[in-house]
Amino acid sequence: MSTLILLLITGVGLGALYFLVASGLSLIYGLMGVLNFAHGAFLTLGAFVSWEMSRRIGEGTWLTFIITLVIGAAVGGVFAALTEFALIRPLYNRHIEQVLVTVGLSLAAVAIFEGVWGTDSQYTKGPEWFTRTTDVLGAQVPNDRFVTIIVAALVLLGVVLFLKKTRYGMIIRAGVENRSMVTALGIDVRKAFTLVFTIGGAAAGIGGVLASHYFGYVSPALGGSLLIFAFIVTVIGGLGSLAGAAIASVVVGVLQQITNFYWGMGDFVVIVLLAVVLLTKPTGLMGKTA
Amino acid sequence: MIPENIEPILRVQGLRAAIDGSQVVDGVDFEVPATGITALLGRNGVGKTSTIKSIIGLITRTGGTIELAGERIEKVPTHKIIQRGVGYVPEDREVFSALSVAENLKLAERDEHPNRQLVDELFPDLVKRAHQAAGSLSGGQQQMVSLARALLNDNKLLLVDEPTKGLAPKIVQEVAQALAVAAQSVPILLVEQNLAVVRQLAAGAIILSGGKVVHRTESATDFLNDEALTQRFLGVQSEGAVEQSADTTSGGML
Amino acid sequence: MSPEPTNTLPSEESTGERNNTSAVTAVDKVARRVRVQPARGAKNPRSKVEAWTLGLAGLLLMAALPLLNLSIPGILPTPTYQPGSLQLLAMCMLMAAAALSYHLLIGVAGLLSFGHALYFGAGSYGLAIILNNFGLPLLPAMGLTLVVALVLSTFTGMVALRVTGIPFAMVSLAFAQAGSVLVRRNPGGATGGEEGVSPDTAGIPDFLIGVANTRNLYWLSLLTLLIVIVVVTWVQSSRAGHVAAAVRENELRVRVLGLQPYWAKLLIFVVAGVLAAAVGMVFVLLQSGTVPRQVSADFTITLLVMVVLGGVGSKWGAVIGGVLYTLLDQRLSAFANSSAVESLPAILHVPLSEPLFILGALFVLVVLFMPGGLTGAVRRLRERLSANSVAKRN
Repeated sequence: MSTLILLLITGVGLGALYFLVASGLSLIYGLMGVLNFAHGAFLTLGAFVSWEMSRRIGEGTWLTFIITLVIGAAVGGVFAALTEFALIRPLYNRHIEQVLVTVGLSLAAVAIFEGVWGTDSQYTKGPEWFTRTTDVLGAQVPNDRFVTIIVAALVLLGVVLFLKKTRYGMIIRAGVENRSMVTALGIDVRKAFTLVFTIGGAAAGIGGVLASHYFGYVSPALGGSLLIFAFIVTVIGGLGSLAGAAIASVVVGVLQQITNFYWGMGDFVVIVLLAVVLLTKPTGLMGKTA
Repeated sequence: MIPENIEPILRVQGLRAAIDGSQVVDGVDFEVPATGITALLGRNGVGKTSTIKSIIGLITRTGGTIELAGERIEKVPTHKIIQRGVGYVPEDREVFSALSVAENLKLAERDEHPNRQLVDELFPDLVKRAHQAAGSLSGGQQQMVSLARALLNDNKLLLVDEPTKGLAPKIVQEVAQALAVAAQSVPILLVEQNLAVVRQLAAGAIILSGGKVVHRTESATDFLNDEALTQRFLGVQSEGAVEQSADTTSGGML
Repeated sequence: MSPEPTNTLPSEESTGERNNTSAVTAVDKVARRVRVQPARGAKNPRSKVEAWTLGLAGLLLMAALPLLNLSIPGILPTPTYQPGSLQLLAMCMLMAAAALSYHLLIGVAGLLSFGHALYFGAGSYGLAIILNNFGLPLLPAMGLTLVVALVLSTFTGMVALRVTGIPFAMVSLAFAQAGSVLVRRNPGGATGGEEGVSPDTAGIPDFLIGVANTRNLYWLSLLTLLIVIVVVTWVQSSRAGHVAAAVRENELRVRVLGLQPYWAKLLIFVVAGVLAAAVGMVFVLLQSGTVPRQVSADFTITLLVMVVLGGVGSKWGAVIGGVLYTLLDQRLSAFANSSAVESLPAILHVPLSEPLFILGALFVLVVLFMPGGLTGAVRRLRERLSANSVAKRN
């Protein structure tokens, strides 16, 4: 029982990381039809810059951790906004070419990360409290799991409030549904494009900081390995659906942890789940019926 | 009913537009007078919707000129054309189904002082349903939302594409009434298959075939009364069939 | 309307009128397109003879290279008869063949796959595993590997093709990821984990083993490339090829015509997968081993970069892209470690010493500024030249 609880919470923690990547992917795809392969690079850059900063201002304190979260979000958001502006916008509406430039960017970015920080893992150190465990119904759960889950939940809450309560949020929701009609109401939808990239990049940057504590290290390949599961999550959840991404993230994370522990086949089960979802509901759990 | 002899609000010359390489608008010329309702008629698939969409740049324009109130707009992006004072009511209503009625209307507001009162008077139903998701409304109510989005702002021109399509007769009359009220203050270019509605509302008419204008008239009623003309251009008996049947053998386009 | 998941880059606004398009004209349109397609390669008979002569001469030259003593400094490390150059050239040809199999997906069927490496890996790992575990001679082992690849690509293709466009890209990526994970896990010690696996030489004929026999492997690679070119040409001109090409242009119209886009796409997907596996088998012989990278998304992306560099939709573009990329990759690695780069200040030294950065940046530039890749650029240049010469004559 205590093992199961540990697996459950760890799985939700992993799902929280997936969600931080998948939420941006899903919104970007939903609004713009762009599959963003560079999203992992946003995450990795956020993680590396935060790691550098925390070494400068002193690792292991709560203040440093919170500052790095802010830095991760800022770095990821700015990188993403620049990407949208310089690479995506010139290829407006040419979806395949847009995918291709993000592929090229991710290749180049990972190569630069390797050049600057080396190919080896760089180990991170969070506040002392992270390394301790908390007793949950007999299970000794590492504290960093809770931090990951809480921060991801706050990001989810923030994004939902933004989408529901602000005019730009309204434009994004309308644009995900029918972009050309938004322009036909006299709204310049391109501003929303930059915005979703920025939000997605910031979420990924936060994800990078959290992942570096969850896994205990940063490496140039960090973003790429999370990205693939985030892709799976967005397809299972339904492209363009934030709620779908949230649910699928948790389902995939938990499933992966549990099967990995008992049978060592977590990654396969996830892909089988993907195949099953596609065969029964090609639009994903919460996807629009196209 | 004959429009006053002043500058037209919209002048389209040699307009061409293509979708995926198919020429769907093939050199269209016409003018829309600055008052009243002008009908854009033709069989299914002759490019009526494409013409409307290419005027506001929703379809890539490949040639020709468009003047709105004397200003060239054929190279202006969609949202800027709309901001210059064009209201667009699309063929299939295209309300944002996940957004509430209020949000749909809020999104459409361009002016500092939108014509809330007019819209609320015309469509009292929408006031009651302000917080309902637009996707949960009936087809008629969705059409009201779509019309309301256009009527909220002060426009120079309304482009209204098949507003009565698929609606019950009672609702058709409500929509026609709303258009008649709107037409008192703004010129309308109306695509409409329901010839009874055309008869009721339209002053002039423009008839398309094969992506081109084949006939113009200053009196839609005279045109509809001319059996030979309606048979030739619309493929229907003159005394307006309510819903023109889909004419799959026409093949006159593309 | 939702953003359409489609490969044909439609204008987002294209829904309304499409429904109005009368069925009759739509059918005409597809029929015309299907008929027009094969005529494009035919041109006039004289240029056809010229092309064949040129191709044959090129083939003979390539076949004769191991017997010649040619040096191309800066591109080839050694004279052409020595193993160093033969190995590099053979690798160029195999990558060209792999890129060509990928061209079937993206160039012919318009399928953006991120999982093609799975089938290449099925060939390379499959052959090595079968040779190591079943004690079969090379040819039956190769046959069995191809059957495995056929089954694998049919099965995965059937699921993945339930979606199109960008979702298809993601699903193909997920499948390849499963393969990649499997290979790294080293189930039953068969794949060797991160180390990769080498085929047992017991089943392989002597003339394909060892550095001294590199030229035999070179000829085998040339033969592989030739076979892939022939198969790809044949598939492109087949009925399925035309249907797939028409689907790429406009799926709706093909459906209106009553054709079955799903099966045409599946056929092309399977052929591309089996061809990639065939190339993978020769690869494992040439390299005497294979590593997990050959099953990874990175490898698929490499193929994608090759095809885009050469020009999407062009068969010869894929070949040129494959050769060019392989040479560039090899040369850039040498360049990265050169003292000239070492001595640069860090801001230049760091990016230039990463071949993948240069390739990634080059790729982005090609996508942004050179639509149609190299072959597209050449075509535009040629058109401009012929337009000029016509203008002069007048």
